[in-house]
Amino acid sequence: MAEFKMPSLGADMAEGVLLGWLKKPGDAVRKGEIIAEVETDKGVIQVESFAAGTIDRLLVEPGTATPVGAPLAIIREDGGGGAKPAPAKPAVPPSARRPAADQGEKSDRMRRAIAASMEHSKREIPHYYVSETIDMKAAMDWLSEHNAALPVAERLIYGALLLKGVALALRDYPELNASWKDGRAVLFPSIHVGAAIALRPSGLVAPALKNADKQSLSELMLNFKGLVERAKSESLRASELSDATVTVTSLGERGAESAFAVIVPPQSAIVGFGRIIEKPWVVDGHVVARPLVTATLAGDHRVSDAHRGGLFLRAVSRLLRNPAAL
Amino acid sequence: MSEPRKSGKDLKEAVLRILGEIAPDADLSRLKPDENLREALDIDSMDFLRFASKIEQELGVPVPESDYRKLGTLAACVRYLEAASKIPSSTPAPFGRFVA
Repeated sequence: MAEFKMPSLGADMAEGVLLGWLKKPGDAVRKGEIIAEVETDKGVIQVESFAAGTIDRLLVEPGTATPVGAPLAIIREDGGGGAKPAPAKPAVPPSARRPAADQGEKSDRMRRAIAASMEHSKREIPHYYVSETIDMKAAMDWLSEHNAALPVAERLIYGALLLKGVALALRDYPELNASWKDGRAVLFPSIHVGAAIALRPSGLVAPALKNADKQSLSELMLNFKGLVERAKSESLRASELSDATVTVTSLGERGAESAFAVIVPPQSAIVGFGRIIEKPWVVDGHVVARPLVTATLAGDHRVSDAHRGGLFLRAVSRLLRNPAAL
Repeated sequence: MSEPRKSGKDLKEAVLRILGEIAPDADLSRLKPDENLREALDIDSMDFLRFASKIEQELGVPVPESDYRKLGTLAACVRYLEAASKIPSSTPAPFGRFVA
């Protein structure tokens, strides 16, 4: 038997409200299958099963506030062999059970969740910051050429290049893809890049692009678009909100020149990109106009040092100046 | 048989409907025709990609990336779509026909 528990989306999450079940007792579940919807301070999330088998019992009624880690259901594990096929229709449609939280209330709750996480970060994590100016001409030229022949649905945005550049550079700087736990640095086994997404009218989430270093740019862009769509429609999965090992935030075309971001616990690094600005730049001894972006790393000084952080940003710069290799 | 051409008013309504899907919190009744869309509606590059995609899907007008700058305002969008609708339906890309 396995317990299906209220997930934690961060150290500061205390409880969630079960909105509804997508399964009933006797239904088969696969590992990774979404079986419940839960409302949290970070919005409505879809919760996957971490076990394969058959639903034995549902322990919590929709509409119930439940502490993080408390069991919501019992799953009879069968090794994935003997389960019956899943029903096409939800057992208890979540939408029918959803509390009538208005937009203002949701915004307030999300703001409190961000406040708690950022307070925790600034209280516990000694941040250091290093910056690097990156010449984006090669990246933007490559992007224009790449996109010119593609339909809209297959085009990339430059944010995808930034995400991939960070993910690849992290392979050589594993101490930035780590967490400070019980007095020592613990390296994460995979590179799951959290992509900061601004929500309308306010709020912020940073769901994970899993194994971002191993995805092609097209795959990364497709998955990034999926995360944005799900973030905006409040249908992110619990694992997407809890699995990021490092975060990237880009202020976009209308933002400030640089972003000095706050690390998202339990991670130990966040990379902020400002907007791309055309400025004078020296190339081969000549001053020329170039599109430049400032990348800023905030690192946890318990886990890494500014020297290595600076070298990491130089590696990101090298990758972005050679976009065909991304 | 070709679809009837849309009027400027129809096109404006179609663009506003799509913008409403991209920026549901925005008060589009206050959007001025020559106002910068990205500034006025806080549209980022991913939003704009969705905007171009919806124009293609819902209005049948492919928008090459090199033409993004021609969609900077509501009035410019309507002009762009009007120009696209004047291209005969047999003409290949970059412009398609209106199907919505």
